[in-house]
Amino acid sequence: MTAYLATGVATVSAGETFAFWVLAILTVGGAIGMLLSRKAVHSALWIALTMVSLAVVYLINAAPFLSMVQIIVYTGAVMMLFLFVLMLIGVDAADSLVETIKGQRLAAVLVGIGFGLLLLAGVGGLTVNEIKGLDAATSQAGGNLEAVAQLIFGRYVLAFEVTSALLITAAVGAIVYTHRERLVGKPTQAMISRARFTSATAPRSPMPAPGVFANHNAVDTPALLPDGSPALDSVPAPFQVEEARTFTTADGRVITAVYPEGDDK
Amino acid sequence: MNPMNYIYLSAALFSIGAFGVLFRRNAIVVFMCVELMLNAANLAFVTFARINGTLDGQVVAFFVMVVAAAEVVIGLAIIMSIFATRRSASIDEANLLRS
Repeated sequence: MTAYLATGVATVSAGETFAFWVLAILTVGGAIGMLLSRKAVHSALWIALTMVSLAVVYLINAAPFLSMVQIIVYTGAVMMLFLFVLMLIGVDAADSLVETIKGQRLAAVLVGIGFGLLLLAGVGGLTVNEIKGLDAATSQAGGNLEAVAQLIFGRYVLAFEVTSALLITAAVGAIVYTHRERLVGKPTQAMISRARFTSATAPRSPMPAPGVFANHNAVDTPALLPDGSPALDSVPAPFQVEEARTFTTADGRVITAVYPEGDDK
Repeated sequence: MNPMNYIYLSAALFSIGAFGVLFRRNAIVVFMCVELMLNAANLAFVTFARINGTLDGQVVAFFVMVVAAAEVVIGLAIIMSIFATRRSASIDEANLLRS
């Protein structure tokens, strides 16, 4: 394996052919899955499959360094960034099926198929007589990684330095774009407390815990007030169901809790 | 197997990405399609480097990856700031650039 990776493969072996077809199915399948998923998170997972498969394609294609960069940069950093932004924006956001431009979807299908055919026709005109392989290019430096390093820090060193400026600019730009000034100051604990005691409706005391004095300690059982009636506020909002609930207290009384409809839950 | 098959795979991935940019309405999915097109171009670079026996293609693919990473950062920041003002990630609704 190491010897295989150290050389630039000049022939296409049967094993590579087999690996290529498996990986071609995986990459194209991942791309089509990304295209057809209604939810953006599913699209992100499909394209992660495509990117990992492409990393293996680079590996069998005499580019072990790029294979590792692909995994670290794309599946490691870029896809995680995509998923973070999806979580911030809302995972459930699905594509709307409403066309804003009439006939745009049909036009997109036609243009997509036409573009693919054009590309395949253009590339199909090429023939490759022999693969030169990267043996000659990498053997002198001692391997793919060393040879790529010699090129990056040699002939392409100016481009490499400019890349650092690009990355710094991108990082600063992202901070500037997403930075938001607070229009009003953050409320302090004293301000929150004062607002609660001047409000007419907010409770002054902590909310009663659910299930107190009842026969059940489930969280959907309301606490009992001193007069024996259920304290409806003690049940967390997601458990305040519309239908009436009946429960028995510890001393055998039967209490019915009915939540008013249209309550602000 | 002919190494041109790698180029055909690259062309197929690029076409799928270009079609997705036209077809999908969610800005983040459109962005993923752009990433797919960049990956397809990288595959072509790597294959041509192997066919021609020079490493320059691999170096160019490396730089494409760096630029793609910077582009993702800025693009997602723009999507986030548009979402913060419009509460939507649909490209149909971002037709005005004022906030």
